Amino acid sequence: MKLTEKEVRYVAELANLALTDAEVGKLHADLDGILEHFDKLNEVDTGNVEPMAQVLYSAAGTSTLREDRPRQPLDNQTALANAPQPGSGYFKVPKVIER
Amino acid sequence: MTIPSLTIDTVREGLTSRRFSARELAAEALRFAEAENPQTHAYLHFSPDRALAAADRVDRRIARGEDPGALAGVPIAVKDVIVTKGVRTTCGSKLLARYIPPYDATAVERVEEAGGVILGKTNCDEFAMGSSTENSAFGPTRNPVAPDRVPGGSSGGSAAAVAQGTAVVALGSDTGGSVRQPASFCGVVGVTPTYGRVSRYGLTAFASSLDHIGPFARTVKDAAVLLGAVAGRDPHDATSAEAPVPDYSARLDGNVKGLKLGLPLEYLKGLKGETADLLARAVESLKALGCQVREISLPTTDYAIACYYVIATAEASSNLARYDGVRYTSRPAVESFADLYRETRGEGFGAECKRRIMLGTYVLSAGYYDAYYLKAQKVRALIARDFAQAFEQVDAIVAPVSPFPAFRLGEKVDDPVAMYLSDIYTITGSLAGIPCMSVPCGSTSEGLPVGMQILTRHFDETTMFRLAHAFEASRA
Repeated sequence: MKLTEKEVRYVAELANLALTDAEVGKLHADLDGILEHFDKLNEVDTGNVEPMAQVLYSAAGTSTLREDRPRQPLDNQTALANAPQPGSGYFKVPKVIER
Repeated sequence: MTIPSLTIDTVREGLTSRRFSARELAAEALRFAEAENPQTHAYLHFSPDRALAAADRVDRRIARGEDPGALAGVPIAVKDVIVTKGVRTTCGSKLLARYIPPYDATAVERVEEAGGVILGKTNCDEFAMGSSTENSAFGPTRNPVAPDRVPGGSSGGSAAAVAQGTAVVALGSDTGGSVRQPASFCGVVGVTPTYGRVSRYGLTAFASSLDHIGPFARTVKDAAVLLGAVAGRDPHDATSAEAPVPDYSARLDGNVKGLKLGLPLEYLKGLKGETADLLARAVESLKALGCQVREISLPTTDYAIACYYVIATAEASSNLARYDGVRYTSRPAVESFADLYRETRGEGFGAECKRRIMLGTYVLSAGYYDAYYLKAQKVRALIARDFAQAFEQVDAIVAPVSPFPAFRLGEKVDDPVAMYLSDIYTITGSLAGIPCMSVPCGSTSEGLPVGMQILTRHFDETTMFRLAHAFEASRA
């Protein structure tokens, strides 16, 4: 086994995912199989290889910066239009700090 | 007018000869698409108001004697991961079931500037994660060629709409094969352009270093025209390329004599059955057109699946963090702030998204970053180098798209590793960021379509289209 059930639950916490016990069991098996396949990468000698962090880094125009000018953002009402719980011009969430 | 056999050219001809107006065509196309859609469930929802408004603009341009645009009046379907202002955009997810975007993707804006008429939004795997469109929260799409089979994915709805004739062309998105594989399964043309060729602004992010918007069409020429209309630099996407966009369709002269083509040994090794036979026959046709075909080697191919699934899931886990129940997703009833995140995501995401978020979070977590993510980025550099070296010898690479034709609904949904392994021929090009496309090359004895893949150098979509067009003409 590549990882324990405890690790699966820990990763779910990192990812902010509520999982049922059945989901934990299924994901445990799935992740194990996939991670085993990922081990193949260790067969490749990458000693002198630069990681490819950007696809077309050297292509013309893909590494330029735009001018830093202010633009009109979405107005308050538009930005809140899809919010599950808007109120007084804000996104409402459950209380974070108790008095 | 016969909606399913329209092309961009026949639409233009009908408009300029005044046989029909853009509004008449839009109304008839909407009526037809809505009537036929239950057979496939290619569309999730339609946008009649927007379509008719776009058609009216085209009619006004024609009345004023102006150029109505390269896509004038053309009925178009858009994958539901591409945002449309005022038109629901769900990404195939329960989380966004009621999301109405406040802005348009650049590709959508450009389609309408060119006179295109967007009929509606098409089904897809949730957040474009999958190869069958069965991971949609709104039910699967059926393959119009064989209704008991999947259309492929993740852009299965767009491929099915074009194959069924309920759209003339469509936009999809491709991260590891999500345009090319459904194009192959449905028997239409599907194109993944060079990374950065089309702005990703307004394309819901899955894996940002791999995401592309690409066209579907029934002919190579129509795909070339649609790509030409949406391609080019966009200040809203810093990774969009400055490279000038050629007039692709003007270069389709049918002459590919002397073109040097490579067949990757590593791809042919495991290819079996009728898919292998059809590809071999296609290669013979290319030789008959005067192309020089030789075998080439892409030695890092064996590592591409692992490399892709490390990078794609890592980027996905980060990109999908935004669905937190605060700003635009649905939200379950919760007591605490911590539960808000956990429960929103636990209830909202489907199984495949959860699997990928978990994998991506794991490979990026403390202690594993170097072993997985950094290692995969290095292997990715080697895969890109394989292609660069191959293109020193050949002008284009010819390859399969999928190891098998369209499979039955439910056949593979429970075996993630098998599903991931079937992406082998499409993910290599995605990792290298080069242009690739699927063009139909025949059908199996059961009548299931099979596509041939063509891959070319960065920004050389022209050679890809020229070869595909000549091949298409040779089959007609």
